[in-house]
Amino acid sequence: MLIEITIEILQLLIVMIGSPLLVGIIRKAKARLQGRRGAGIFQPYVDLRKLFSKEVVVSENTSWIFRFTPYLLVTTMLLSAVIVPVLTTRAALSFMGNIIALMYLFLLGTFFLALAGLDAGSAFGGMGSSREVAIAALAEPTVLIAIFGIALRAGTTSLDGIITRFAVEPLLMLNAGHLLAFIAFFVVALAENGRLPVDNPATHLELTMIHEAMILEYSGRLLALVEWAAAMKLFLFLTLLSNLFFPWGIALANTPSTLFIAGLALAVKLLVFAVAIAFVETSVAKLRLFRVPELLAGSFTIALLAVVTAFFIK
Amino acid sequence: MIIDSVGMLDLLLVTLASFGIGALGALIMARSPKLASIVGHGGALLGAIAALMLGLAGLAGGSLQLEFADLLPIGGAVFGMDRLSAFFVMVTAVGAIPAALYAIGYTREYAGKHSLAGMGLAFNVFIAAMILVPLACNVLTFLALWEVMSLASYFLVITEHEREETLQAGWIYFVMTHAGFAALFLGFLLLAHATGTASFSEWSAAAAKLDPSSRNLIFVLLALGFGSKAGAIPLHVWLPRAHPAAPSHISALMSGVMIKLGIYGLVRVAFDWLGVGPIWWGGTMLVVGAVSGVLGVLYALVDGDLKRLLAYSSVENIGIIMLGIGAAMLFQATQLPGLAALALVAAFYHTLNHAVFKSLLFMAAGAVLHATHTRNLEELGGLIRRLPQTAIFFLVGSLAIAALPPFNGFISEWLTFQSLLLSFQISAHTVNLLFALGVAALALTSGLAAACFVRSFGITFLALPRSERAERAREVDWTMRAAMLVLALACVGLGVAPSVILAPLEAAVFALTGAHADMQFSLTAVVANDGFGWVAPLWIALGLVGFLLIIPLGLRVIGANHRRRYYETWGCGRALQTARFEYTAAAFANPFKRVFGLLYRPAKKLDVEFHPESRYFVRAIAYDNQGRLVFEEALYRPLLRLIEALARQARLLQSGSVHGYLVYILIALVALLILAV
Repeated sequence: MLIEITIEILQLLIVMIGSPLLVGIIRKAKARLQGRRGAGIFQPYVDLRKLFSKEVVVSENTSWIFRFTPYLLVTTMLLSAVIVPVLTTRAALSFMGNIIALMYLFLLGTFFLALAGLDAGSAFGGMGSSREVAIAALAEPTVLIAIFGIALRAGTTSLDGIITRFAVEPLLMLNAGHLLAFIAFFVVALAENGRLPVDNPATHLELTMIHEAMILEYSGRLLALVEWAAAMKLFLFLTLLSNLFFPWGIALANTPSTLFIAGLALAVKLLVFAVAIAFVETSVAKLRLFRVPELLAGSFTIALLAVVTAFFIK
Repeated sequence: MIIDSVGMLDLLLVTLASFGIGALGALIMARSPKLASIVGHGGALLGAIAALMLGLAGLAGGSLQLEFADLLPIGGAVFGMDRLSAFFVMVTAVGAIPAALYAIGYTREYAGKHSLAGMGLAFNVFIAAMILVPLACNVLTFLALWEVMSLASYFLVITEHEREETLQAGWIYFVMTHAGFAALFLGFLLLAHATGTASFSEWSAAAAKLDPSSRNLIFVLLALGFGSKAGAIPLHVWLPRAHPAAPSHISALMSGVMIKLGIYGLVRVAFDWLGVGPIWWGGTMLVVGAVSGVLGVLYALVDGDLKRLLAYSSVENIGIIMLGIGAAMLFQATQLPGLAALALVAAFYHTLNHAVFKSLLFMAAGAVLHATHTRNLEELGGLIRRLPQTAIFFLVGSLAIAALPPFNGFISEWLTFQSLLLSFQISAHTVNLLFALGVAALALTSGLAAACFVRSFGITFLALPRSERAERAREVDWTMRAAMLVLALACVGLGVAPSVILAPLEAAVFALTGAHADMQFSLTAVVANDGFGWVAPLWIALGLVGFLLIIPLGLRVIGANHRRRYYETWGCGRALQTARFEYTAAAFANPFKRVFGLLYRPAKKLDVEFHPESRYFVRAIAYDNQGRLVFEEALYRPLLRLIEALARQARLLQSGSVHGYLVYILIALVALLILAV
C-alpha cells in the first residue's frame, strides 16, 4: 500500500513538473518546423515563475467565481492525474473513477473556466466562453462513442482494466476499429486542448481566439495557475492517448525496473505526440469557427465506425 | 426502519389530515392573507413531511392496503403501496417539503392581489393528489385522482390570470392534459375489457395472454397518455408554456414532481401491467428519450426566459430518464434481467435527482424573479453581488443538472451511461446500433446541458447588471433561502453518498422486475457489472476539497506574489465600461443556433435605421433571431386544422332547431331498438 501511495505521488509530480516541459517541447518543435530557432524547451517554467512573482490585477466587475476558478482548474487536473494511469496500472487511488468520470472531471474545469470568462463583463470573455462550451459540448459525443468502442473490445471502462487488457492481449488492438477510435480521440484531444485546427494557442487576435479570450482578464498568480492547468490537461490527454492505444511499456506490476521502463516509454511516446502536434499545427491552418462542427462531426463518424466494426467483427 | 402496516396507515392518515387542515385552514383564514398562507402552506409542509416518512417506510418494505367500497363505483376506491409507489411518494414529498416552505415567503407578494386562501386550497389538494396517485390500485381510483391532480395544478398555473399569456398557457395545458387523459382512459378501458378486471394487481398475470395487436394498441395509448404528462417530445408543448406561467414554487412542483408521475405510469405499463413487450416498445422509448434529451436541451440553450429554459430542460431530463427506461425494456426483451434492473435503477435515481435539482433551480429562478420582476435574461446580470446566497444555490443546481461531479446528477448520468455501454452484451446488431446512438445522444445532451447552464448562470448572476431592475435587486426572504438550502444540501448528499439511496432503489427494482441490478455499491464506491465501471464519489469530493485546500498552501510555500489590485476590465482602450459591452444571452447562444440551424430554423430579422444624411451613420439596429416552434408548426397546427374541419362538419348536424334534435332522438331510439332486438 505504501509503495502504491508513493507511486501515486510520483505520478502526480510527473504530471505537475512534466507538463510545462511538454508545452516547451511542442513550441520548440513547432519553431523548428517553421524554420525559426524558438525559445528553449524550459521557457514555460521561466514564464510560470515570472507570473507567480507578479501582482494580480483583477477586474472590479468580477466575483469570487473569477478568483476561485484557477484553483479549481488546477484541482481538477491534479485529481485527474491521480486517476489516469501514467506509469502503472496499479496505483493507489485509481479506483476513484473510470474513464467517464474522468471526462466529467475535465468538464467541471471547463464549466468554471467558461463562467470565469463571463465574469469580467468583457465581450471577449463572453465570446471565448460561448465558443469554448460549444466545442466542448460538440466533442462530448465523440468522446463517449470512442470510449464505447474501446470498452467493447476491452470489456471494461476502467482505465486500468482497459490498459491491462490491451497490454496482455495486444492482438485485440490489431484491427481497424482500434485505429479509428484512436483517430477520433486524437481529434477530440486537439479540440479539448485548444490546439490547431480548432483554436490557435499562439494567437491574440481578438476575433479568432477561444481559450485565450476566456482567460484574457487573468494575470499574475491566477494566470500562472490557469496556464499550468492547461499544460497539465494537455499532458494528461496525451498520456491517455499513449497508454490507452499504445500500452507498451506501462508497468503492470510495481517494481523499480518496470516503473523505470514505464517512465522511459512514456517519455518516448509523449515526445512522438509532441512532434506530431507540432507537425499538425505547422501544416494546417485554423478552421473558421463554424467549420469546427464539421471536423467534430467527422471525428464522431469515425468513432461510430469504430463501434460498428467492433460489433461486426466480434 | 420497518414500520408495520398499522404504522403506515397512521402515517397516511396524518398526511391526509395535514393536507386537509391546510386546505380548510387556508379557506377559514381567507380574511387574512398572511395567516391563510402560513396555515395553508404550513399544513402542506407537515403533510409532506409525513408523506416522506410514509414513502421511506414503504421503501423499507412496509405495505399498505385500504379499501372504500362505497366511495367510487366499479370496484370502489382502493389504495395500496408497494415499493415502486413508495418511491414515487418519496419523490413527491422531497419536492413538496421545500416547495411548501418556499411558498410562505414567495406568496407574500400575492397578498391583496390574488386569493391566498384559494392558492392554499389548490396547493394542498395538488400535493395530496400527487401522493395518492401512485397508491391507486384500480382504474377509477387512479383516473379520479389523476384528474384532481391535473385540475388543481391548472388552477395554480393560472394564478396570475390577469396576464393574457398565462391564460393561454393554462388553456394549452388544460387541452393537452385532457387529451392525455382521453388516451389513458381509452387504454385503461381496453385493458380492463380484455383482462376482465379493473384492478391493477390482476393485470400483469392476465396481460400476458392478450393477443399481440391489442396489447400493442394498449401500450401505445397508455404510453401516449403518460408520455404527455411526462412531457416527452413531441407531447411536450404544454410544458414550456405552463411551467413558467405558474408561480415559481408551483413550477418547481410541476417540473420536479408532477411530470415524474408520467414516468411512474410508463414504468407501471412497461414493467408491471403489460409485462415484457416486443423489442420495438423499448426501442421506441429509447428513441423518444434520446430525441427529448437532445431537442429539450437545444431549446433550453437558446431560450431567453429564465423559467422557460428550465422548463425545456425538464423535457431534456425526462428524455434522460426515458433513455434509462427504454434501455431497461430492451434488456428485458433480450433476456438480460440484471442489466434491465441496472438501467431502471439509473432511471429512478435520475428521477429523484431531477426532482431535487430542478426544484432548486426553479426556486432560485423564482428568487431572481421575486427580486427583479423579470425573467428575461437580457435584463439580468450581476446578481451574484446582490443575491449572493441565491447565486450559490443556483450554481449548485446548475452543476448538478450539468452532471458534474461531485453532485447528484453526475452519479445518475454515470449509471445511465454504464447501462447503455453494457448493451454490447446483446447480440443483435440493430439493437446494438440503437444503443450506440443512445450513448451519443446522452453525451451530446450532457455536453449541451453544461453549455446551457454556463449561459443561464453566467448571464444571470455574473458581470454587470443589464437593467435597473437587476441593479436594485435584494436578497430574498429566509423561508425561500431555507428551502433552497435544503435542496442544495440534498444535491450534495445524493451526489457524495449515493449508496444511501441506491439500496432502497435496488430493492424497489428487484420487487418490480424480480432481478437484482448488475451492480455493487458501498459507502464509498459504485461498481457496475463486476468492475465494468466504477466511481467513488465520496473520494472524488474529498479529493476536490483536499486539493483546493493544498494549492493555496503550496503557493505560499513557493513564495508566490499575493498582492492583488482592482482595476477596470480591459476594453481595448475604451474609456467607459457599461453593461452594454457585455456578451448577451442571445450572442452566447449564437454558435448553437448556427450549428443546429436545421433544427431551430431561425427566422432572422435585422432592421437597421440609418441617419437620413448618410448611410455610414447608423441610428438604431433591431435584431431578432427567434427560433421557430417546429413542433407546433409541423405537428399541432395541421392537427388543429383537422379538428376544426371536423368540427365544422359536425356543425351541419347541430342546426340549433329543437325539431331537428327531436328527430335525432327518434332516430337514435329506433336504431337502439333495432340493435337490441
